[in-house]
Amino acid sequence: MTPALALEQITCTFAGASSYIAVRDVSIEVSPGEFVAVVGPTGCGKSTLLNVAAGLLAPSAGTVRVLGEPLRGLNRHAGYMFQAECLMPWRNAAENVAAGLQFRGLERLESIRRAQEWLARVGLEDFGSRYPHQLSGGMRKRVALAQTLILDPSIILMDEPFSALDLQTRQLMENELLELWTRNRKSVLFITHDLEEAISLADRVVVFSAGPAAHPIGQFAIDLPRPRDVAEVRLTKRFLELYQRIWELLKGEVLKGHAQQKLI
Amino acid sequence: MRSRNSSRGGIRLFAYRLLLLFSVFGAWHLLTATGILPRFFFGTPTLVLENVARWFINGKIYAHLGVTLVETLLAFATGTLLGLVIGLWLALAPIASSLLDPYIKAGNAMPRVILAPIFAVWFGLGILSKVALGVTLVFFIVFFNVYQGVKDVSPIVLANARMLGATRRQLLRYVYLPSATAWVFSSLHTSIGMAFVGAVVGEYLGSSSGVGYLILQAEGAFDINTVFAGILVLTAFALVLDFAVTALEKRLLRWRPAAPIVEPH
Repeated sequence: MTPALALEQITCTFAGASSYIAVRDVSIEVSPGEFVAVVGPTGCGKSTLLNVAAGLLAPSAGTVRVLGEPLRGLNRHAGYMFQAECLMPWRNAAENVAAGLQFRGLERLESIRRAQEWLARVGLEDFGSRYPHQLSGGMRKRVALAQTLILDPSIILMDEPFSALDLQTRQLMENELLELWTRNRKSVLFITHDLEEAISLADRVVVFSAGPAAHPIGQFAIDLPRPRDVAEVRLTKRFLELYQRIWELLKGEVLKGHAQQKLI
Repeated sequence: MRSRNSSRGGIRLFAYRLLLLFSVFGAWHLLTATGILPRFFFGTPTLVLENVARWFINGKIYAHLGVTLVETLLAFATGTLLGLVIGLWLALAPIASSLLDPYIKAGNAMPRVILAPIFAVWFGLGILSKVALGVTLVFFIVFFNVYQGVKDVSPIVLANARMLGATRRQLLRYVYLPSATAWVFSSLHTSIGMAFVGAVVGEYLGSSSGVGYLILQAEGAFDINTVFAGILVLTAFALVLDFAVTALEKRLLRWRPAAPIVEPH
């Protein structure tokens, strides 16, 4: 089966006073309908990789294949959920969700109507006319989620989307994400530095080395049964076994990454 | 919702403000009536107020105020439009912007009031020369705010809009323009004030109508009371404009929690 998204031998070098290799020789494949989580120490170039997959950043070497085709320019099959605030502050929630449809030429009223449906799906039916600054952090993430999913992308790229939320809100959002994803399985590439989050969400966890020149150093199939509740699955025996095995590998890299950050 | 307490405080504050106004007029009256300040140079408040009242009763002022208002609004609209278009263009075209940068700075640094005689020669003594002066004042405020507004767009919001499928033109219309206009609106007070300054100064330097013209005429006749009356009317007019702008701003910037302003210096 052709992978939905394939990163082949990707290297990203940033020119500067001293050129910096963010990621080197990275190959990752995401099958259709597969949920892949990438974990690694902070600052290991995971976000760089996601930008490459989105087509926002051209790699210095290597190829990105989307549904088998080499990627040129922006990845039109992908939706991207950013880590930072990404909503347009001058548009209310419904208009933000509708934005992608409008960019595709859908008539305004119809796009707003469909946006309202999606807002209801993420539990915000009464908040369509609120502006981003009138919403809580968790609500803004829901809007961003609806904004991405309304376009029905076959690939979803997520860059630590919930890292700014408090733990309870975060688990709520993770469960909602899983529920939406189970209903309509897309290929997901989910980046996080939180191993628990990675295991509880994904089908497969890829572990990255510390930067510079970060690369995958191992991957683990997560055979926890679905549907999962992210809070409960963390208490199962199998989860703990997986956690221990992956953490053993990750621990060394986290320490390495930490030591390097201290040097800087 | 205001609590009763703060609304009572508001009334008291208003009373004190009125009191301050009356004491200034009272002091003015006393000082000129007793001759401590020469009446010839400082006028007489009662005569000044009488002048103002006469203008409004015989209706002479309305035509002049109308002219000043038209000049102000035209200068404001034209200056804003030019600032918006050129600001957007330069903010998105790095080569043109680095080419024009020193000239923009020079244009902004120049005391533009000095252009009034040139505009009078080019456009005559009618409305146009005042509008032109106002435009040169408004343009730079709007221009710098638009420029800032475009630079202010978060790269994440931009990347997000692109991922959602926005074309270059759509980015301009749905991302850059709203961000820029927000900055323009937040500088509305300054720019409409500048348009007003342009109109009045232009009238004062040479015209055949407008409140600035009334003041100029009175000054020529050493009629200091009418000069003060003109100043009073202009001030009140500026306040009304400012209230109108505040109301407009509240409507247009609903989405914004707080509004920063860049002012050219």
